[in-house]
Amino acid sequence: MNDTVLRPDHLIIAPILIPLIAGAVMLLYEDRQRRAKLIISLLSSLALLWVSIELLQASKGTGPSVDNEVGLYLLGDWPSPFAIVLVLDRLSAMMLLLTAVLSLPAMVYAAAGWHRQGQHFHSLFQFLLMGLNGAFLTGDLFNLFVFFEVMLAASYGLLLHGSGPQRVRAGLHYIAINLASAMLFLIGVALIYGVAGTLNMADLAVKLPGIAAEDRPLLHAAAAILGVAFLVKAGMWPLSFWLPNAYMAGAAPVAAMFSIMTKVGVYVILRLSSLLFGPGQDESAGFGAEVLMVGGLATIAFGMVGVLASQGLGRMAGYLVLVSTGTLLSVIGLTMSGASTAMLAGALFYLVSSTLAISALFLLIELMEREQGSIAAMLALTADVYGIDDYEDDDGEPEVGLAIPGTLTALGICFGLSTLLLAGLPPLAGFIGKFGMLASLLNPAGLGWGGEIEPLAWGFFGLLILSGLATLIAMVRVGMQTFWASSDTEVPKVLALEIAPVVALIALTVVLTVQAQPVMRYMEATARALHRPYIYTEGVLLRATRVADTVEEENGAGENGTAEAEAGPETVPDVGAEVEEGGQ
Amino acid sequence: MELVLSIAIGILVGSGTWLILRPRTFQVIVGLCLVSYGVNLFIFSMGRLLVGGAPVLSKDGTIIDPAAFPDPLPQALVLTAIVISFATTALFLVVLMAARGFTGTDHVDGKERDQ
Repeated sequence: MNDTVLRPDHLIIAPILIPLIAGAVMLLYEDRQRRAKLIISLLSSLALLWVSIELLQASKGTGPSVDNEVGLYLLGDWPSPFAIVLVLDRLSAMMLLLTAVLSLPAMVYAAAGWHRQGQHFHSLFQFLLMGLNGAFLTGDLFNLFVFFEVMLAASYGLLLHGSGPQRVRAGLHYIAINLASAMLFLIGVALIYGVAGTLNMADLAVKLPGIAAEDRPLLHAAAAILGVAFLVKAGMWPLSFWLPNAYMAGAAPVAAMFSIMTKVGVYVILRLSSLLFGPGQDESAGFGAEVLMVGGLATIAFGMVGVLASQGLGRMAGYLVLVSTGTLLSVIGLTMSGASTAMLAGALFYLVSSTLAISALFLLIELMEREQGSIAAMLALTADVYGIDDYEDDDGEPEVGLAIPGTLTALGICFGLSTLLLAGLPPLAGFIGKFGMLASLLNPAGLGWGGEIEPLAWGFFGLLILSGLATLIAMVRVGMQTFWASSDTEVPKVLALEIAPVVALIALTVVLTVQAQPVMRYMEATARALHRPYIYTEGVLLRATRVADTVEEENGAGENGTAEAEAGPETVPDVGAEVEEGGQ
Repeated sequence: MELVLSIAIGILVGSGTWLILRPRTFQVIVGLCLVSYGVNLFIFSMGRLLVGGAPVLSKDGTIIDPAAFPDPLPQALVLTAIVISFATTALFLVVLMAARGFTGTDHVDGKERDQ
C-alpha cells in the first residue's frame, strides 16, 4: 500500500515489542550473567519510559483544538473492525506511562539482590511488562484475553520467584483462581461474539444499540460474566480473598510491580463500561453500575477492616490495595450512574498516586522487616532448596556495597511519607486525588441527580474518609512499633540501591503534587473522553475508512468529533486550580 | 445436535466446577481441565453449528452466502484458547509438584485439615 496514504504511528506497537525483544534476548544469556541482563532490562525500561512519554504527548493531540487524538495501529493492515487493532487514547497512554514508571524502581531494587534468588527474573519481568502494555493498548476483546494470559503467565513465574513453601502455596491459589477466571473471561467473550458478531471494542460499542431485544439478556449475561473475570483481577470484595496472601508472598520488587496488576482489571472495567454501557447506549446504559458501586463500597469496608486487623505490614499492604481498588470501582459505578467527570478525573489522579504509593510501600516493607529475620530466614531456606551456597558468586563483588547511614531515619521518613500518601493527608498527592473526588461529590451542580446526593454517594463519602483514618491508625501503629519501640533490635542493613527506588517513587508523588494542575487537566480531559465514547469509536472506525480513502479526505476528517470536545477546556482550569489550592 | 452439545458442555463444566472445589490439588487440576474443555466447546458452538459446510470460502469467491459456511473466527479463537489453557495448566502442574515437595501433602492449603 502507498506509504503516503497509510502512515501508521509505529511507536504505538513499541511498548509491546520492546519488552518482548528484551525478554527474549535475555533468554539467550546464561543465567549467571546478571549484570548484562540487568543492563538490557534497564535499557528496555528506559526505552519504554521514553516511548510512553512520546505516546502520552501524542494522545493529547496536536494544536489547541484537537483535544483527543486516538492513535490506531492496524496489526496486519486489515481495515479496522475486521482484525486486531491497537488503540492509543489518553487513558491507555496514561496507564502505559504508569507501568513504565513503576518498572524502573522495581528493577533497580531487584538488582540489589532479589534477581539472584531464582532463574530468569529479568526475562519474566519484561514479559510481564509486555502483557501489561498489550492489555492497555489492545482494542480487541480476545486479544485482551491473550495479553492477560501473557501477563498472568509472567506473574506466576514472578510470584514464585525465590521459591519457598509460602510462595509456592500462595502461587498455587493464585494460579488456580486466575485459571478459573480465565475460563469465565472466555465464556464472556464467546457469548459476546455469539450475540454481537464482533470482538472489536469500538465496533461492539457501535453495534450494541442495534442488538435485538430478545438477545439483550444474553448480552447482559455475557457482560456480567466478563465483569466477574475482571473483578477477580481487580479484587472486588467477594472475589478478593486471594489477593492479600498472594501479594504478601511475592518478593518485594515483584509485589511492587503487582500493585499495577489490580489496576489492569480496573482499567478494563472502566474502558468497557464507558464504551459498552455509557450514556449513548439507551437500553443498556448504566448496566452494572449498582454492582460496581455497592461492590466497591464493600471492598473499601473489607479492606479497611483488613488494614486495621492485620498484624504484619505485608498483609496490610495487600489490604491497602483492596481499599484503592474499592475506591476506584465505586467511582466508576457512580460515574456510570451520572456523577460528573470531575469525580472520575479525581479518581484517575488517585489511581496514579495510590499505585505509586503502594509500590513504594511494598519495597519499604521488605527493608523494614529485614531486621526481624523473616526475610533472612527465607533467603537461607531458598539457598538450601536451590543448592545455591555461593550466592555472591557471579560477578565477584556485590553490586553496591554502600550501606547508607542513618538507615532508620531514612526508612522512617519514607514510611511516614507513604503513610501520608495512602491515608490521603494534605501535603501529598494522595490528598489531591481524594479531594478531587470528594469536591465533585459535594458539588451537586456537577452531579446529574438534580442537586441531590444519593445515599450511596454519601456512603462512599463516609467510607473514603473512614478508610483514610483506618489507614492512618494502622500505619502509625506499625510505624511506632518499628521505629520507636524497637531500639534494642539491630538496625537493618539497607543498601543505597534499595532505598533509592523508594525515594524515587515518593519523589514522583511529590512531583505529582507540585504539578497537580497540568496533571489534573490531563485527567479531566481523559475523564471527559471516557464520557464520550464516540471519540474512541470514531477514532477506531472512521480512521480505518480514512486510511482506505484518499489523502484529501484525511485532511478533512481531522475536524470530526472535536466540535463538542472543544467546549470542555474552558471548564478545566478552575477545577485544577481549586485542587491545587487544596494541596498547598 | 445443539441439545447434545449443550448437555456435553453442561456435564463438563459442572463436573469440572465440582472438582475445582475439592481439597486435593490433583482434583483441582483435573477440574480445571474439564472446565476448559467445556469452555472450548462453548466457544466453538458460538459460531453456530453446521454439518458438512466448507470451512472457508471457496477460492474463486463466487459463493457469497455466509450461511453456507461455518464461522472461521470461533475456530481461531478456540485454537488460541486451547494453546493458552494447555500451557497454563502445565505450569500449574509444575507448581503443584513443587507444593507437594515442600509440604509433603497434596491438600490445596498445604496442610491437612485435622492437623
